[in-house]
Amino acid sequence: MDILYKILIEPFVFMGEAPDLLIQTLWEGLVSGVLYALIALGFVLIFKASGVFNFAQGIMVVFAALTLVGLYEKGVPAFLALILAAVTMLVLAVLVERIVLRPLVNQPDIILFMATFGLTYFLIGFGELIFGGNPKEMITDALFLPQGTTELDMLGGRVRLQHLDIAAAVIASIMIGLLAVFFSKTRIGRALRAVADSHKAALSVGISLNQIWVIVWFAAGIVALVAGIMWGARSGVSFSLQIIALKALPVLILGGFTSIPGAIIGGLIIGVGEKIGEFYWGPLVGGGVETWLAYVIALIFLLYRPQGLFGEKIIERI
Amino acid sequence: MLYREAGQFKTSYVADSAIFPLRQDRIGIGLIILAAYALAFIGNSFLLQAVMIPFLVFSLASIGLNILTGYTGLLSLGTGAFMGVGAYACYKLMTAFPEVNVIVWIFVSGFFSAAIGALFGLPSLRIKGFYLAVATLAAQFFLQWCFIRIPWLVNYNVSGALDAPLRTLFGIPIVGATATPQTRYLVVLTIVILLTWLASNLVHGRIGRMWIAIRDMDLAAELMGIRPLQTKLLAFAVSSYYCGVAGALLVFLWYGGAEYDVFNINQSFFILFMVIIGGLGSLIGSFFGAALIFILPIVLGIVLPAILSPFGISVGADVIEHLRFMIVGALIIFFLIVEPHGLARLWQIGKQKLLVWPFPY
Repeated sequence: MDILYKILIEPFVFMGEAPDLLIQTLWEGLVSGVLYALIALGFVLIFKASGVFNFAQGIMVVFAALTLVGLYEKGVPAFLALILAAVTMLVLAVLVERIVLRPLVNQPDIILFMATFGLTYFLIGFGELIFGGNPKEMITDALFLPQGTTELDMLGGRVRLQHLDIAAAVIASIMIGLLAVFFSKTRIGRALRAVADSHKAALSVGISLNQIWVIVWFAAGIVALVAGIMWGARSGVSFSLQIIALKALPVLILGGFTSIPGAIIGGLIIGVGEKIGEFYWGPLVGGGVETWLAYVIALIFLLYRPQGLFGEKIIERI
Repeated sequence: MLYREAGQFKTSYVADSAIFPLRQDRIGIGLIILAAYALAFIGNSFLLQAVMIPFLVFSLASIGLNILTGYTGLLSLGTGAFMGVGAYACYKLMTAFPEVNVIVWIFVSGFFSAAIGALFGLPSLRIKGFYLAVATLAAQFFLQWCFIRIPWLVNYNVSGALDAPLRTLFGIPIVGATATPQTRYLVVLTIVILLTWLASNLVHGRIGRMWIAIRDMDLAAELMGIRPLQTKLLAFAVSSYYCGVAGALLVFLWYGGAEYDVFNINQSFFILFMVIIGGLGSLIGSFFGAALIFILPIVLGIVLPAILSPFGISVGADVIEHLRFMIVGALIIFFLIVEPHGLARLWQIGKQKLLVWPFPY
């Protein structure tokens, strides 16, 4: 009975006793959720338009951030470095489309998945060769990212909000809003949605698939750059960020591979669930549950909705 | 010109369904096995310890994953963790019952892995494709967490690592610091050959056909009377069994002791590389894939400095390492573009060409 009490009642009592801690935990969960969502967004963009499960998204985040910091260290002004990093992602998108995607068109999904593995390896080697394997500091000051914290008095306690986290949430929201407008209002955005619906139908009305692929890989590269800046500002730019990108996978399956709102809501659920679980239930089993809790949450959701929360309904025919 | 099927007539159904219908193939496989055993006596210890033993261990793990991903069509990223379960189970059994021969425990430890694998295979009934792959990541991270957090698994030793106590077979040490690479190689080789033969019989029989039916279209297979629950779980169990044995071999016959970190997510990806590069749904492909992915970086490590030094470019070990990553990545893409069905298909094409060589008409 004691163990049941500890699992089922004690954490909730604790939540009620210290609401400020609960709010703090929720806030941290939301912020990391937004950042997960940002990485997941890169996956979704590419998956929707080309059906490729892009494993290289994680390394693209690292690569974009490294390019930015590396250029800045060479003496390039920060905003020029930002533009150059974006150009690098464009070049990468063109090269990937030319060298990897075009010859592999019409292959099974798993082969394309594998090809992005090859890309990941290549980018790891290439990135380390050029920028070195050591972790770097993100240039927060030069990019005018705010630092410091605000402490709010509420509910009989204090809640600390990092300015950086607030900026991350705002920038991520703007980014998502821009993408939503881009997808629904512009010509290219409509073409992207057409391709996502059906490759063949899109081709038949004169949409160039190759062009679209370059555009989505570029868009995913930009998302990766933003995610890289935000994650880099929190935990430094190093190749271990790539592992954090794996956290975007449960977000993806939770939200559904093909849904942008799904990526966002999934990110928030995973971020909050993970932090709450770690903080309130983690100590019962010795802590460190953060590494797998996200996957288990996603797994439980999947058992009820195999296509994710917002994914397209799976219809099977013989 | 020696490789011809002319004159070899099949006079029974058994002969028709043989795995190696050609006499030359049968002789060839016999020669390869003989050569593999002969290598133990002529190869130096670097070749055996750093190349052949890991190659065989990874081949076994690839066969395991190939049964699941290649034959049954269920994508799994939990291979590393299932290998870990085998290794930890073997360690517990070895130290709890030291009087029983270690070979027995290596085989038994696979069953623990199989049970865990079947448990984590349960979601495969409802989820498919990449969704399942991510679901198996739950197994990977959860089990890895268990390896770190449960000190009982390593008998509460302070280092938290697995060590290999001395164990003998017929009085010759095969596990532990005093075991020579030669004896360990022979043990690994024998186990791998035995399990490969078993896997070959499984995938060519009724069970294998059930798996393939599930892979090709699970709904249709179900309508034909194949029960998806049992078939999928069996695939998970058998696959995890192979991975578990491979994990036990990896720790006790190759590394001679390991930490939890050996069984991390990269190990899972590594094995998946091997399976896809080698060829999905092909046992011989598992060997090719393991050879390419594991041996290629070693060869590059030796060859690259030799290529670069004549040009007056002297490079550090770290640059070699980075170049190695780049070349392996580029080669993966190259092989996928040249032959998306893997090295096994290339091998098959090569054999077909050889049959009619030198007059291809």
